[in-house]
Amino acid sequence: MEILVLVKRVPATDSQIKPAADGKSYDPAGLEFVLNPYDEHAVEEALKTKAAKEGTVTVLTVGGKEAQKDLRTCLAMGADKAVLLDPGQEFDGKSLSEALAAKVKELAPEIVFCGKQSVDNDDAQIGPRLAGLLAWSCLTDAASLEIGDGTWTGQRDIEGAKEVVEGKLPAVISCSKGLNEPRYPNLKGIMAAKKKPLEEGSAELGAPALTVIALTPPPARPEPTIVGEGPDAVDALMDKLKNEAKVL
Amino acid sequence: MTNVLVFIEQRGGKIKKASFEAMTLARDLAGSLGGSTEALLIGDSISGLAPEVARYGAAKVYTVEGTAFANYSNYGYATAIGKAIEASQPGLVLFSHSAMGKDLAPRVAAASGSGLVSDATQVTAEGGAIQATKPVFAGKAYKSYTVTGTPPMVTLRPNSVTATEAAGTGEVIALDAPGGDFLSVVKEILAASGDKVPLQEAKVVVSAGRGIKEADNFKLIEDLALAFGPGVAACGASRAIVDAGWRQHSEQVGQTGKVVSPTLYIAVGISGAIQHLAGMSTSKFIVAINKDPEAPIFKIANYGIVGDALEVLPKLTEAVQAACAH
Ligand SMILES: Cc1cc2nc3c(=O)[nH]c(=O)nc-3n(C[C@H](O)[C@H](O)[C@H](O)COP(=O)(O)OP(=O)(O)OC[C@H]3O[C@@H](n4cnc5c(N)ncnc54)[C@H](O)[C@@H]3O)c2cc1C
Ligand SMILES: Nc1ncnc2c1ncn2[C@@H]1O[C@H](COP(=O)(O)O)[C@@H](O)[C@H]1O
Repeated sequence: MEILVLVKRVPATDSQIKPAADGKSYDPAGLEFVLNPYDEHAVEEALKTKAAKEGTVTVLTVGGKEAQKDLRTCLAMGADKAVLLDPGQEFDGKSLSEALAAKVKELAPEIVFCGKQSVDNDDAQIGPRLAGLLAWSCLTDAASLEIGDGTWTGQRDIEGAKEVVEGKLPAVISCSKGLNEPRYPNLKGIMAAKKKPLEEGSAELGAPALTVIALTPPPARPEPTIVGEGPDAVDALMDKLKNEAKVL
Repeated sequence: MTNVLVFIEQRGGKIKKASFEAMTLARDLAGSLGGSTEALLIGDSISGLAPEVARYGAAKVYTVEGTAFANYSNYGYATAIGKAIEASQPGLVLFSHSAMGKDLAPRVAAASGSGLVSDATQVTAEGGAIQATKPVFAGKAYKSYTVTGTPPMVTLRPNSVTATEAAGTGEVIALDAPGGDFLSVVKEILAASGDKVPLQEAKVVVSAGRGIKEADNFKLIEDLALAFGPGVAACGASRAIVDAGWRQHSEQVGQTGKVVSPTLYIAVGISGAIQHLAGMSTSKFIVAINKDPEAPIFKIANYGIVGDALEVLPKLTEAVQAACAH
């Protein structure tokens, strides 16, 4: 079974984000970049699927040269080959998914794994958008997955419950944290990764449909008030909740 | 093309509150655009819900009905929404950023090559341009966009608008139901036990972190949640206690858990790591209980109590119970 995994390089989740001088993008200076945390789950699920169904696992990212490092991490985890596509310009969910759909058609996998969202823009769009463009089935935010013969069954979290979904292959699976425990690359994997193929090309982006107006710091929260210490402070807190916040 | 079309989410004949929030926003935007507010209901025998939607200002309620829509299917529902877009020719389609909205909106946007801003907390339509603002980097920054497309689309973060009623004519327009193979379908819903309030919909969320010391002490958190009365509060957890196996991942609040935006968030024994703040920093009021006065959670809390959670909780529960009893 041909398996494709989509990954993205993003600032580490503990980064402080500062708007850049243009007021529209963030200042990357001093930030540490990592593989998008959900994409680790996507790689892990792809490797598990390969173990059960055979085939090859290709990891793909649309990004700059720096992303080679993250692709090597995926190869070290056990992926077979990697593809790095240079976007050459800014992209949004629409233009990116159109480029990805074109590449999927070329590589012809039977299943595409991606993360449920990238933790930079928190868009959560690529999985279902791509499935829409390909007219494939999609399990968004997968919390469990079993792949059968031309079919899949999975669960996803919905508000206060879980949904059991059944679908047909080919499919796009967007992976959430509960799905699996991503493996760490071991030394042998890291050595092997150096010899695995990493192909480079350019992404054929569609036309974008979003224009960024501004990137701003979050709205300031009101000055905190420490109402007191220990159980004795409960009365003061209740007073605030009743009379100031009016939430009781 | 100045109408605003709202996808109304229902499961088992019950409309989600977040859909009424979207209707409330849609009325405002339709006003700016000089169009009307329209709604779409999809499901099996759902036309009876139309008056409920009309109460929130729908001039027209499109319906797509049939047994094929009894169980949710992203492919089937997206196709049906495509039909409604053809009929309504809206200048904007609104969804809520719920599990269903997140699954559907990108698929619908792909079909029409539309721009989509997901998880928006604010949307405007001044001069006909649709602009939307959303938290990015888990709330560490906000990004504003102009959205284009035929039509542009937005998913709205639950609890960012207060739902209010305003009667609409609610003319029901039944659309032909698309048929064919839906590729995937929901087979079953495994409801959480009891009548628990879903975390993302609760008005009050009480969350615990490692500061509660042991798994069994979570009982104190559940007691506090219950004290607010039935159907009001839900319990959450930090990743530290999920990783420790004390609580399920479905209860985790934060960057790699759920994003909640309740009226009141009570963080008990949670340090306030940036990844936790990501899941709750847009809550209206935040209360923190922590024994360390330097804990970062106090920086974003409206009200803080410095102290041992295990001592503070029983007294707080008692006080809340007394205040909410009448
Ligand atoms: C990629 C990534 C994703 C992550 N995603 C998430 C996420 O989604 N959600 C999340 O929560 N975390 C997430 N984290 C983890 C996060 O960085 C923190 O480690 C975690 O939030 C800490 O949990 P905590 O506050 O319960 O524990 P701690 O940081 O250990 O804090 C415990 C707090 O309890 C206080 N305390 C101790 N005893 C008492 C007492 N008796 N009474 C009152 N207070 C007491 C202490 O002063 C301390 O402030 C993520 C991390 C990474 C790297
Ligand atoms: N530039 C990219 N290249 C490859 N895959 C991506 C890229 N951006 C996002 N993805 C994939 O799509 C998922 C959802 O991203 P998003 O829709 O941007 O939140 C991510 O977890 C990745 O798996």
